[in-house]
Amino acid sequence: MRVMVLVKANEQTEAGVLPSEELLTAMGRYNEELVKAGIMLAGEGLHPSVKGARIQFSGDHRAVVDGPFTEVKELVAGFWLWQVKSMDEAIEWAKRCPNPTGGESVLEIRPVFEAEDFGPELTPELREQEERLRAQTRDRR
Amino acid sequence: MTANDTHRAIETVWRIESARLIAGLARLVQDVGFAEDLAQEALVAALEQWPESGVPRNPGAWLMAVGKRRAIDQFRRDERLERKVAELGHELEIQQAEADAAGDEEIGDDLLRLIFTTCHPVLSTEARVALTLRLLGGLTTDEIARAFLVPEPTIAQRIVRAKRTLASKRIPFVVPEGDEIAARLASVLEVLYLVFNEGYAATAGEDWLRPALCEDALRLGRILAELIPREPEVHGLVALMEIQASRTRTRVGPSGEPIPLLEQDRARWDQLLIRRGLVALDRAEALGGALGPYTLQAEIAACHARARTPQETNWARIAALYDVLLRLMPSPVVGLNRAVAFGMAFGPDKGLQLVDELAAEPALRTYHHLPSVRGDLLAKLGRRAEARDEFERAAALTRNGRERLLLLSRAAACADGPTAVAERPDASRT
Repeated sequence: MRVMVLVKANEQTEAGVLPSEELLTAMGRYNEELVKAGIMLAGEGLHPSVKGARIQFSGDHRAVVDGPFTEVKELVAGFWLWQVKSMDEAIEWAKRCPNPTGGESVLEIRPVFEAEDFGPELTPELREQEERLRAQTRDRR
Repeated sequence: MTANDTHRAIETVWRIESARLIAGLARLVQDVGFAEDLAQEALVAALEQWPESGVPRNPGAWLMAVGKRRAIDQFRRDERLERKVAELGHELEIQQAEADAAGDEEIGDDLLRLIFTTCHPVLSTEARVALTLRLLGGLTTDEIARAFLVPEPTIAQRIVRAKRTLASKRIPFVVPEGDEIAARLASVLEVLYLVFNEGYAATAGEDWLRPALCEDALRLGRILAELIPREPEVHGLVALMEIQASRTRTRVGPSGEPIPLLEQDRARWDQLLIRRGLVALDRAEALGGALGPYTLQAEIAACHARARTPQETNWARIAALYDVLLRLMPSPVVGLNRAVAFGMAFGPDKGLQLVDELAAEPALRTYHHLPSVRGDLLAKLGRRAEARDEFERAAALTRNGRERLLLLSRAAACADGPTAVAERPDASRT
């Protein structure tokens, strides 16, 4: 299974405070461990929300809102994508992460949907339809 | 943390640390079976102590220390091995002194020693697969049994016998050097690709452990690529597996029928895996030298991965790659795939010519793809009656019910005229 691991933002990440040399080294080593374990699929840091933008949807209406966004608790500062056997494994690896922001930090782990997740209730025909819908939605973006 | 939570945490730590633990202990005691027993004893100790003391900060080091102590205890009981005790005692002190700073290189070397040992050619292929999945993949005997549709006692015996063989033949716990490396590495890669293919052939309706074998193989391949980054074929194999895995979602239709590569919905190919595969391929080629068979197969897979539509496929390049591959892997199946590529690149005449050169191959006599490919080429040339015969011949040869229906419908379509025949030249691989 795959999981996405989100590094939640805080005031420091939003302020664009660069991580210390020590943290950078520790993070580098941690990422190396993930790669050496064969579970690292992808991982990146995100710029603070001042460089970002949002699209807000309301019916047919679209509104573009530029960052920064004030509700820091809603924001994300980085992410990983890992290939693991279980949530337990993801949790164990996440616990081994050096404190990602140096302050009060949160890592949130979310399993990624795979086709099998829709379970036996979804007949092959319905699963196919689901996939077709997802593909259409992707094309529309 | 409840006792149950701790138990699960311990199990999870075990799955993460067991390979390294066994590898480190095996280097000390020079016996893979003994090492696994010691590792199991360390696990038991963890199950006894961690619920009270909590999971240690460096669980791997804790387990290793316990394993080594148990080894010393065992050797003490055998007075002839007092020297070993002294060595191990010394090791233990060093270990405790350098707990967190344990050399990554040492661990890496140990894991390499372990995988070269579990994949030793003195063992049968089945034994290599079982032992590798058990000691490096961290799969339980039951999981391996379910994944390969074999009774559990059979796998258990296979593993016991494998360890016994390694011990009785006194196989040293080392990384092969010099002339030996190529052959020994080939043995390792063969095991990994075998596991991958077992998973690739499994369908979603079966036990989920079966398709999960692809993930197991990919994970071990990625680990290996970091352990011996200067071996191009390792990156080549990883690239091949990443790219093939990228097509998982599109290979089977709603009724479970196989969908050939050229008919798959490319929008649903996993782009992350394709990108990883292409990066691995770059690493293989950056190392220079002639391309090996896995790298070549990965290159071919990459040609398809890079084409946004089947029409954009660089068939001339694929044909050239098959030329080289055939020289390295002179198998009739590779020959047939080469014929398909030539047909797509240079016209059905050329393809047919190459297929006919293979017609006499005994290995292909019951291979339904041969008449199927031939039928497709004949249909493109407008030779509909002959094409129909070939599709019917192919239908008779295949054991797969859905494949048979598809071939029979292609045979029937030949009667309707050349425009009714769909483009389906791809043999074997989906």
